[in-house]
Amino acid sequence: MKILLPALSPTMETGNLVKWLVKEGDSVVSGDILAEIETDKATMELESPDDGKVEKILVKEGTENISVNTEIALLKVDGEEIEEIPEVSIEKSPQVSSNGSEPLTTEENISMNSLLNQTKENSGEKNWSEKEISMREALNQAIEEEMKLDKDVFLLGEEVAEYDGAYKVTQGLLDKFGSKRVLDTPISEHGFTGLAIGAAMAGIKPICEFMTFNFSMQAIDQIVNSAAKSLYMSGGEINVPIVFRGPNGAAARVGAQHSQCFISWFSHIPGLIVIAPSNARDAKGLLKSSIRNPNPVVFLEHELLYKEKTNVPEDNDYLIPIGKGNLIKEGKDVTIIGFSMSVQRILNALPSIEKLGISPDIIDLRSIKPLDEELIYKSVKKTNRVVIVEDGFGSTSFGSHLSYLIQSNCFDFLDSEIIKVSGKDVPMPYAENLEKLALPNTDEIVSAIKKVSYIN
Amino acid sequence: MNKKNKNNFTNDQLLKFYEKMFLIRKFEEKAAQLYGAGKIGGFCHLYIGQEAVVIGILSSINSEDTVITAYRDHGHILARGVDPKLVMAELTGRKDGISKGKGGSMHMFSKANRFYGGHGIVGAQVPLGVGIGFAHKYRNEKKISRVYLGDGAMSNGQVFEAFNLASLWELPVLFIIENNKYGMGTSIGRSAAGGELYERATVFGIKGEKVNGMNFFNVSESAIRAREYIEKNSKPYIIEMDTYRFRGHSMSDPGLYRTKDEVNKMKEIDPVLKMKETLLNDYKIQEDTIKDIESDIKKQIKDVEKFSLESPLPDLKELYTEVYL
Repeated sequence: MKILLPALSPTMETGNLVKWLVKEGDSVVSGDILAEIETDKATMELESPDDGKVEKILVKEGTENISVNTEIALLKVDGEEIEEIPEVSIEKSPQVSSNGSEPLTTEENISMNSLLNQTKENSGEKNWSEKEISMREALNQAIEEEMKLDKDVFLLGEEVAEYDGAYKVTQGLLDKFGSKRVLDTPISEHGFTGLAIGAAMAGIKPICEFMTFNFSMQAIDQIVNSAAKSLYMSGGEINVPIVFRGPNGAAARVGAQHSQCFISWFSHIPGLIVIAPSNARDAKGLLKSSIRNPNPVVFLEHELLYKEKTNVPEDNDYLIPIGKGNLIKEGKDVTIIGFSMSVQRILNALPSIEKLGISPDIIDLRSIKPLDEELIYKSVKKTNRVVIVEDGFGSTSFGSHLSYLIQSNCFDFLDSEIIKVSGKDVPMPYAENLEKLALPNTDEIVSAIKKVSYIN
Repeated sequence: MNKKNKNNFTNDQLLKFYEKMFLIRKFEEKAAQLYGAGKIGGFCHLYIGQEAVVIGILSSINSEDTVITAYRDHGHILARGVDPKLVMAELTGRKDGISKGKGGSMHMFSKANRFYGGHGIVGAQVPLGVGIGFAHKYRNEKKISRVYLGDGAMSNGQVFEAFNLASLWELPVLFIIENNKYGMGTSIGRSAAGGELYERATVFGIKGEKVNGMNFFNVSESAIRAREYIEKNSKPYIIEMDTYRFRGHSMSDPGLYRTKDEVNKMKEIDPVLKMKETLLNDYKIQEDTIKDIESDIKKQIKDVEKFSLESPLPDLKELYTEVYL
C-alpha cells in the first residue's frame, strides 16, 4: 500500500516531512503515528491507514516542499502484493493545487519578488539587510518587533496564543511575551472586539485578530460605531489606536460563509484606515506602520498569500507609509490596478497580456483608505486606459468607486471606458469549478485589456 | 449632632453630594426647556429621577477611576466634574461644547475627568468599559472601570460576552445596572425573562446585589462595598439599581406606556427631595444652608444657559477635522 502525503488543510499544496516515527521493518497497526508532517498551518501527525509492516521509506525526514499526493512510504499489508518501488524525485513532482485554481506562480510568470526588487531599485529605497520569507513570517516579525519596541502593544484573538495561531501567523509569540500580552479569547467577537477598542480608548494598543474577517461581521458595530467614530464625535478627545487583522477574501473551498472580501465594507467608513497587502515585504512594513498609527486600522490579509515569499527587510525601522501605492511594473499602454490577491491574478495574466504586445503599468494599491490617488492619476494620464481587478463582489464595490474617481479626475485623458473585473455577485460556491468561476481569472483580465485597447 | 451614617461622611461632604444631585436636576430641567425652545436638537435623554444612582456611586469613587455609560449621560459627565457650561454648549451644538459641537447629547467625553462617554448604541459601552478595565489591569493601575448600563441593555448579547470576559480575566470592573423599568417604551416585564437582572451576571461568577437606587445612602453603601470587594479580590462586581426616570425616554416620548399615577407615585420618593429631607431631619442641617446651595445652583444654571446660547456655532472647517489623528 502506498502512503501518500495527504492534504491536511484547505490551502495545503506542499508539506515538510519533519520526522519519521517508524523505521523500515516496523510493524504498525491502523492509527499508529507514522510521521510528523508540517503543513502551511501546523505540524500534524500522519497515521497508518492499515495494519502491516513498513516496507520502504521513500522520502527522508527533513525533506521540505513535498507536493501533496507524493508517495512517501510503502506499507506491506497482509494479503497485498508488494508494489514496485517507484523512483521518486521531489524536485520534479507535479505541482498540485489543493483548490484546483491556477497556481500562484508558474515558470512563465513574473515573480512578485523580482518586481519588488526592481521597484526597490527604481525608488532608491534604503539598502536593508533582507531575507526571503513568507508573508506569515513577515507578519509575525512585524508583530514581534513592535511588541518588543512598545510594551503597550498586545495581541488578542481566537487561538492566537496556545494554539500558535489558526494560520501560524502568531506562532511563538506567547512564549516570547507571555499570557499578559498574548491572549486567547473565547469565541466572542462582539465582546472581545469591544474590549479591545475600550482598551485602546484607555491608551494601550491592541492587535485584534479575527480568525477570518468573516467573523468580524459579529463585531462590525463596534468597529464602525465605536472605533471609527469616537475621535470625531469626541471633538478629538478620544483616539483609538488599534489594528484589526486577519485573513480576508476567498481562501480555497471553504464555502460561502468563509469566503468573502470585506474591502468595500470597511473602506466605506470615515475614520477607518484600510490596508490590503499583496506580498510579504509590504505586509511587514505596512503592519508595523499600522501598529504605530494612532487610528483604527483594518488590516486585511489573504490566506492564499500567507505562504508566498519575497525578500523582506529585517530592520526594526523598516516601515512602509500608509497611503502609498506601488507601481510594481512600469509600462505605457494600460493601467491595471489591483490589491491583495488580485495583484497576483494580474501577474498571472501578465504573460498573456505581453503576448498581445501590450506593456501595462501595474499598480498595487496596498492602502485602500487613504488611497494613493496621485499615483493612480499619473499613470492613467500616461496610459489613458484602465482595468481594475478586485476579488470582492462587483456590486457597489470599491472598484466601482475607484472607477468613479478616475473618470472624475482624468476624464479628458481616457481613451476608453474603464473596465472592472470583479468577483461575481453570488455567494461563494463550494464546488471547485464554480469557485474558480466566481473569482476573477486570467481570461477575464486579458479580455478586459483587449477591450480597453480595442483589440479584437 | 450628626446622625452616624455607615460611610462616615461629614455634613459638608453630604452637602456636596446634595449639591451635585441638585445641579443635575436643575441642569436637566433647563435642558428640557431649551429643547422645547428649539435650542437643543436631535435626541435628548434626561436623567431626572435617577440622580441618587450616579451621585451615590460618585461617593465611592477615587478620582482616578474611570466611567463609561450609554446615551443618558448628562448626569454622569456632570458628576465627574466637567463644567456644566461645556456640557450645555454641547447640547446646543456650539463651538465651546465639550465635543466641540460634533458629538451632541449622547457623545460627550473627558479624559481629564476619566469619563469615556457617552455611547449611543445600547450595550456597546459594556465591552468598551471592560476593555478600559483591561487597560487598568494591564498597566497595574489601582483603578476601577465603572460601567453603567440600562435595563434594556441587559438583554443585549454583547453584554453577556463582556460579563464572561470580565470574570474570566478577573478585571477591575463595577457594572451598574440603572434599572429604570423601561427600555424606551417597553417595560422590563415585557423584555426580560427570568429573575433579577443582576443575576444574569452571577452565572459568570460575578458577585452582585440589588439596591434601592432612589436613595443616596443605600447606593453609596453598596458602592463602597463593591469597591472594597473589587480591590480585595481583583474581580468584577455588579449592582442593580432600582430606579425610575420621571421624564420620557427622550424629549419626544409621549409616555403612553405608563400611567400618570405610576409616575406620580414614584415622585413621592424623588431622590433629590428625599435626600434633602434626610439632611434636614436626620442630620439637622439648617434649611438656610441648603437654600443657599440651591440658590447658587439656580444662578449657575442661568450662566450655563447664557453661555450655551452665546457660544458660536462650530467653524465650518470643523466638518473635516478629527476624522483621523
